[in-house]
Amino acid sequence: MLRSELIDTLHEENPHLTRADTERVVAVVLESITQTLEKGARVELRGFGAFSVRHRKSRSGRNPRTGGSVFVPEKHVPFFRTGKDLRARIDSTRK
Amino acid sequence: MSTGTVTRADLAEAVYREIGLSRTESSELVESVIDHISEALLRGEQVKLAGFGTFSLRDKKERMGRNPKTGKAVPITPRRVLVFKPSQILRERVDSALTPK
Repeated sequence: MLRSELIDTLHEENPHLTRADTERVVAVVLESITQTLEKGARVELRGFGAFSVRHRKSRSGRNPRTGGSVFVPEKHVPFFRTGKDLRARIDSTRK
Repeated sequence: MSTGTVTRADLAEAVYREIGLSRTESSELVESVIDHISEALLRGEQVKLAGFGTFSLRDKKERMGRNPKTGKAVPITPRRVLVFKPSQILRERVDSALTPK
């Protein structure tokens, strides 16, 4: 499913909203999550999962092509942990 | 949005504030967004949200693990897991907001 398909589905279910408003709903949800992470805070959606930020320390890595050592600076990366409920439901779809 | 953990209620509040739908409708729409993402994943589909990231499913084979308390080797059963890969845009926004350069 793509972002555009999510918007289409929401729009079909909410025909009283304009498609532009439906797009804005999705944009506001994703933008709010992004802005929360930019502050270093967490977003917890019970049953679905939680978004947080993880700090990665600087380290010396390797250039896989030349084998030379390169400095990898510290960074902050977005992280998602699946909620208990969704985790169990997803695992049960395994064939 | 304050400094604490953000929940569904905060996302609904943002939709209410920025789009001007009723509070009830705003919270139903937020729930609906989350539900549609979950349902697509439960159908086995990948969910690609441009500018945000991709949720995909990964089937893991059985492997040996260890009980960290007893040190005993125990098999980790095969499983299907959800993984989220943040988009380049999200990664850059988070990193530039938080890592001193």
